[in-house]
Amino acid sequence: MRDEWFRADRLPHIYCAGCGNGTIVNCVLEAVSMTGWDRKNTVFLSGIGCSSRAPGYILTDSLHTTHGRAIAFATGVKMADPSLHVVVFTGDGDLAAIGGNHFIHACRRNIDLTVVCMNNHIYGMTGGQGSPTTPLGKTSTTTPYGASETPFDLVDLAVAAGANYVARWTSFHVKQLTEAVLNGLNTPGFSLIEVRCQCPTSYGRRNKYREPVDYITHLKAHAILKDKWESMEKSGQDMPADSFPVGEFVRRARPVMGVPDEA
Amino acid sequence: MQGNIASAEGALAAGCTFFGGYPITPSTEVAEHMAARMPKIKGSCFIQMEDEIASMAAIIGAAWTGARSMTATSGPGFSLMMENIGYAVMTETPCVLVNIQRGGPSTGQPTMGAQGDMMQVRFGSHGDYSIIALCPSSVQECFDLTAKAFNLADRFRTPVFLMADEVIGHMREKLEIPDSVEIVRPKTLPEGMLPFTPGPDGVPGFAPFGTGRYTHVTGLTHDERGYPDTTNPARHDALVRRLVSKIEDARHEIADYTIVNEDAEYVFVCYGAPVRTVKEVVDKRKVPKTGYLQLRIVWPFPEELLKRFPKCRAFIVPEMNLGMIVREVGRHVKIPVIPVSRIGGELHTPEDLIEAVKIAESTT
Ligand SMILES: Cc1ncc(C[n+]2csc(CCOP(=O)(O)OP(=O)(O)O)c2C)c(N)n1
Ligand SMILES: [Mg+2]
Repeated sequence: MRDEWFRADRLPHIYCAGCGNGTIVNCVLEAVSMTGWDRKNTVFLSGIGCSSRAPGYILTDSLHTTHGRAIAFATGVKMADPSLHVVVFTGDGDLAAIGGNHFIHACRRNIDLTVVCMNNHIYGMTGGQGSPTTPLGKTSTTTPYGASETPFDLVDLAVAAGANYVARWTSFHVKQLTEAVLNGLNTPGFSLIEVRCQCPTSYGRRNKYREPVDYITHLKAHAILKDKWESMEKSGQDMPADSFPVGEFVRRARPVMGVPDEA
Repeated sequence: MQGNIASAEGALAAGCTFFGGYPITPSTEVAEHMAARMPKIKGSCFIQMEDEIASMAAIIGAAWTGARSMTATSGPGFSLMMENIGYAVMTETPCVLVNIQRGGPSTGQPTMGAQGDMMQVRFGSHGDYSIIALCPSSVQECFDLTAKAFNLADRFRTPVFLMADEVIGHMREKLEIPDSVEIVRPKTLPEGMLPFTPGPDGVPGFAPFGTGRYTHVTGLTHDERGYPDTTNPARHDALVRRLVSKIEDARHEIADYTIVNEDAEYVFVCYGAPVRTVKEVVDKRKVPKTGYLQLRIVWPFPEELLKRFPKCRAFIVPEMNLGMIVREVGRHVKIPVIPVSRIGGELHTPEDLIEAVKIAESTT
């Protein structure tokens, strides 16, 4: 089923060995193939970055756009033809830096898109510069002494801005991630699925996660289920360093845009 | 009716079903009129985007669903659109942009007319490319040329620009709305043909999203399948030369102009608001030995038309900028080409132009 969605004549792909993006594309296509959607009426969009190359490997109509702007392009696609299913692949730089304004406005409008953010905490494509999600103290080519700016929490951003569905998983949580994407696809309105993932080439190498498995192990060890996270917070416990909550953060039915009129 | 409203009505008459925009003086009436009209037209969408970068992105996205799509803006917004304009060029996306020009640079003169974006529209995005730019000089032309812009966009699969200005956009004149306007949609992509294989005219057939052709669209240099191929010099050379030549090679065929007094010795080359003063001088006051070439399509520049004045001793180019299209005219002729520049927002007076004729007479 899932294999039908791959654009076979585009292989080999550009991703480095050990990159987390392939796992995420697999999960998304697995979820999409479970929706029963017609490939003909499904459109993938992306901005610019390694993550944004994903639509090029999928056998549907696809728009590989400009850096940061995929959600604005997707807004045009979806509003002009609400019968299309629209999915956006993006990166942490693409979504939260250059595309931050489009991101929050699409959440506010609750336009019926599913956005999958491959958050590798780094500008992968341009060779490892710091991004708005690079954790404090971590090294990149533009934070050679350790990042000194507080990072964005993409989930908090999407929730505050009004999105109807928001989840976070990692490239380790393949099953949960697939399920979350499926929920996002099925929820009318704006859905964000943040996926924390490894970039051994640009992030791992400079931050002591040289082997792909090093960072996957790190993700697994530091991801805390949302409910547990919240009860720890309530009881005033100190949160373990580098840990972060995963799970479904919001599923609601605020008014949406870009959904076909009931005929 | 006002020029800006005429432009919006021209778009609707042409079947525009998607408008994405961001308010900016002196173009805002276009968006406001679309906001009032489009929700009442089935299958149409008006959306106010968060900025002009998003507006340009949205109309490109809409165009790929097969919709006729448009935005309207002015100087600062036009500058913000530049990156995605290049994307529309590279991906051969048909769409229409209305630019109601105002005085620049920067925020400049929001309520005053200008023609200072005539080079930006041609060259403003990075890389080599070509586009089509139309310039109305009356309210009627705002309607007619906006409707026409959609046909050119579809035929050549390119962004097309209505380069009006504040004077024309806010002018009120009588408008005759025809019962129907000519509509030419893009050629459809023939069965078995790749999505970026050009036809004999250099333009590929169009397979909008949802038609089962599974088109991959990218702003990267791409092959005929639409797949990225960014390091092959010959591929890039062939693609970019085609994007330019599909428009430049058609420049004489699509030229839209008026010629008055082919025997003139002093010939005004004009477009947009200055056409009005030229008509006053040549048509009404009948200043001896003068004639004019009014260009309704300025880019691609139809230089052959300059040869239609065999007795011409000098071309005079009145513009509301410090000399833009005058350079283009000068590039193609060996006789004197005299700029009459006026910035600040006021039209040239007939006396300004008569003075220019005198200077031309004394120097030739
Ligand atoms: C307007 C613009 N600015 C800068 C770039 C260069 N650029 C390409 S990808 C990228 C960052 C990508 O980072 P991210 O979105 O995190 O994607 P990743 O490669 O990590 O998946 C940048 C800055 C560009 N293509 N366009
Ligand atoms: Mg990244």
